This record gives sequence, C-alpha cells and structure tokens, in this order.
Amino acid sequence: MTPSPRPPQPDENPAGIDLPLDPLPGHSSRGRLERILRRGEFAVTTELNPPDSADPEDVYERAKVFDGWVDAINAVDASGANCHMSSVGICALLTRMGYAPVYQISCRDRNRIAIQGDVLGAAAMGVANMLCLTGDGVQAGDQPGAKPVFDLDCMSLLETVRTMRDEQKFLSGRKLTTPPAVFLGAAINPFAPPYEFRPHRLAKKIAAGAQFVQSQYCFDVPMFREYMRRVNDLGLTEQCYVLCGVGPLASAKTARWIRANVPGIHIPDAVIARLEGAADQKKEGKQIAIDIINEVKEIEGVSGIHVMAYRQEEFVAEIVHESGVLKGRRPWRREPRADDAMVAERLDHILHDSPTETPQAIVSQAAT
Amino acid sequence: MSDKQQPTVTQATQVRNAAPKTAYKPADVSPQRRVQRRYTMRLWSVRHSRGLEWFYERFADVFLLLHPIWKAVGYSRAEAPVKFVEKRVKGLMFDCRMCGQCVLSSTGMSCPMNCPKQLRNGPCGGVRANGNCEVEPDMPCVWVKAWEGSRNMRNGDAILAVQKPVDQSLRETSAWLRVTARAAAEREKAKKGEPA
Repeated sequence: MTPSPRPPQPDENPAGIDLPLDPLPGHSSRGRLERILRRGEFAVTTELNPPDSADPEDVYERAKVFDGWVDAINAVDASGANCHMSSVGICALLTRMGYAPVYQISCRDRNRIAIQGDVLGAAAMGVANMLCLTGDGVQAGDQPGAKPVFDLDCMSLLETVRTMRDEQKFLSGRKLTTPPAVFLGAAINPFAPPYEFRPHRLAKKIAAGAQFVQSQYCFDVPMFREYMRRVNDLGLTEQCYVLCGVGPLASAKTARWIRANVPGIHIPDAVIARLEGAADQKKEGKQIAIDIINEVKEIEGVSGIHVMAYRQEEFVAEIVHESGVLKGRRPWRREPRADDAMVAERLDHILHDSPTETPQAIVSQAAT
Repeated sequence: MSDKQQPTVTQATQVRNAAPKTAYKPADVSPQRRVQRRYTMRLWSVRHSRGLEWFYERFADVFLLLHPIWKAVGYSRAEAPVKFVEKRVKGLMFDCRMCGQCVLSSTGMSCPMNCPKQLRNGPCGGVRANGNCEVEPDMPCVWVKAWEGSRNMRNGDAILAVQKPVDQSLRETSAWLRVTARAAAEREKAKKGEPA
C-alpha cells in the first residue's frame, strides 16, 4: 500500500497537528485563531456543548460536527453555573486532535491561585486562546448551594493573564520560566444596560489585555450597529477584534422563555413575531440567524462571528455555509494522516479478520 | 456567553422544586443582599455623589492633618475606634462591606461589594433590561447606579480605570487610616526628595 500524502492544511504544524504553530512576529500566541484574525480574514468560532461524561469520545464527537467550518471552538466553563466536563479538560482533548480551542475561564468557581495554575497547565497543553469571563451567579445553576468565589473579576483576570504572558510573572511577582503564549479574549454584551457605559467597558477590557471579544447573542442589529459606531469612534476596533455572537432560536416558545429567564439576552418582539408566523419555526430560526449574520458582517469593525447553537450544533455548518461568510475559505479540518490510515487498516484486520493471529503465524506468513 | 437556550424545565428548576417546603422561606437570593435589605440610603448617596465627592476630599485632608495625632496615638491603637465609626457611617451611607480598599470615589459612590458577584470593574452582562440585578431581581444593579453617580462627579472618569483585585487579607480593616497613612508617607517622601 502506498500511503497517499495528506492534503496540505492551512495553519498547521507539519510535524504534527497537535503541535503549536511557528511563532510569527507581532503574534502573542502560536494558535490558528490569532493568525486568521491578524490576516484580516473573517473568523468563525463556535461553542462546544460540554458532555456530562468522562468519555473523551463524547468530546471528539461533538467537535466533529464543526470540522471544516469553524476556526476555533469555545470550551465553556460550567456555563449557567451548571456542572459539566471542565473546560481545561475539553481543551486538552481538543488540542490533542489538532483543534484550536478557546479556553473559557470563569471567576465563579476558582480563586486566583487555581486560575493561574490552570492558565499555565492549559498553555502547556497547547491551548492558544483564552477567554476571560466573570461567570454566572451560582444561583442560576443546578447547584445553588455552591460557594460563589468571584475572587477575581473578568477585568482583573485579563490583567492577571496578560501579566503572566508579557511580564513573565505571577500576580505575586514570582517569576515564570516559560510564560503562557496566549491570545486573550473577553466577552461583551452591548444589549444590557447601562448602554452608555458598555463601549467604555470594552475600552477597559482592552486596557486590561483583551485582544479579541465575543459578543452575547445579537438579535437586535440596529442596537449592535449603534454600539459598534461608538466603539469605532473610540478607536477600539483597531486594538481588538470584535466577533458578533449569533445563534438560531429553536422556536417562538424557546425565544420567549429565554427572554423571560435568561438575563442579558435581548430578543426584540419583531424576531418573536417572525418566528411565530413561520410554518417551520426551527427553519425560520436558522434563517433569522443567517439574515443577522449577513447584516452584521457588513458593519465596520466586525472581524468575525461567534455561532452559538446550543443543542442545535448540527446547524452551525449550515448557517456558516448558507451565510457565505467564509467566502470560499476552508478552515482547518482534521483529516487522517497516512500513518493513521495504516494503523486503522491494521487494527481493522486484527479485530475483524483473524482474531487468533499468533506471532508464529505472522512470521510464517511473511516468509512465504 | 454562558446563557443559552434551554428546555423549559431545567435541572436548576427541578432542584429548586425538590427542595423541602417548610414554613420558613428565606428572603432574597444572595447573602450579600441579606446583610443589607434596604437600599434607600445607598441610592440617596448615588444621587448626591457630587456632594459626597466634595465632602470626601475635605474629609481626607482633615484626616491627613490629623496624621501626627494618629502617629502619636499609634495607628494600631487608633484602628479600633476609627473602624467602629467608619463601619457604621459607611454602612449606613453605602452599605459598606469593609473590604478595606475603598473605591467609592471611582465607582460613583455606589459600593461595588454589594454586587452579588462583587465586581469591581463594571457591570456583568446579565443586567436586566430594567436595570436590575440578574441575581437579585428587585435590586437595582450596583453598576448601573455607579455609572449614573459617576456622571455627576467632577472626577467621574475614574470609573474608567482598571481596578486591582480585592486583597482579601485587608477585609475588616480601616480604609480611611490606610489611605491617610499612605498619603502621609508619600508627602514625606516628596519632602525628602525636594531638597536633594
């Protein structure tokens, strides 16, 4: 058998998909997401629904649906204060397979000692992107009796990681021998009061170290446009990449439930009316997401989108494809290497063809 | 970006419903709020942030003038009575939590330690459309108020500076004495630096 050479992939270390990329001048990380954004390409990121299991296959399966459609995958840190597989664990698994995960760190569950340790651990495992969040209150989740930590907040967390990266030291001032080379992210919510303060808050996050930001679900494009106008006026989009959060709504009923129960997500009446009027609400929800993407991608200063399709992950590929934001570009996807294929074939042979194969049999077979 | 679509009955709802039902139902959601239920004074302080800023500046000067007295008495001996007064005055005016590192002048005279997440750098993404807290639905967001208060202040743009994380080892200590001692040390350093 002659192994066919693996098709060349953009932004990949030829020595191995799980290895960091070559450092580039001006880049703070050795990851794919930063390269794509700095090249000026329209980036697409998404969120992985964390499994409630200890099986790595669950993570791989959930990541596989995004193959070839997204540039980075967010590993959420117990979102909504509901317990799931840890984000650092998911990131470790994803980097092994060559994916570019975004490690979400929330301040709700861990104090500064634990967080700084995890930052080093994650960076050592090849995580190139970190998203610093405050996190939801424990009261929102399924374990409201937990102790809320909130030792740092998102801003001081950003500053802490930036200090570790740029000044090579812990908060205490103790030296690091190898700093974590990470691309730092934060979250923004232009759709919650105090609206006047929100652009300034982004400026604060940038001052604290944010290099890219992902927004909360955008369903109100005029509101987002107004926010971006003010952000552009402050000159912030030159210092930071803004990714707009979008996602499909499953039905008008879900939309109403989210509006009533999930603080921070703003859904205008027009969107709900449009969902209600549709024959197939799920399809209409997807179409609304595509329409919103088509509007926001034209807004000045928007560098990409962050597609959140909780429990509708299979829609991400369709949404990205049908909105055409990639403009023909094909993000990295995991393809079997030649030697992987050989191992797979050999395994298949061992498992299915001749289960009682002995070393003697192999030798005699090779001799003939 | 943690909030997303969920089925109508979440695990959290089930947990809440499964909790044993007794006659005693505690008020409020977070311990932060239970310590201080009313916030009329807090809101008054935010509305009068300009005046309080003016007063605080004078007050800090007076405290600095008293530095020789504090030193003579000994800062450690002065701590107990000063803290006693500080805790009660600031507790009444701002629902102070005695973090020991007062940032009221940078937060529109709205104490950020009353936020259930104790955010010191601005509002989280969960502020409700009516400007109330996501955790405590009937409490106005501390940071919405902080922004309003800061707009009235002369030095209100201090709200745009990034605050360091709280040093938990300074809890239940006097911020007034700390600020005074620091200012005095700086003044002495400047004096020493001048002739040289």
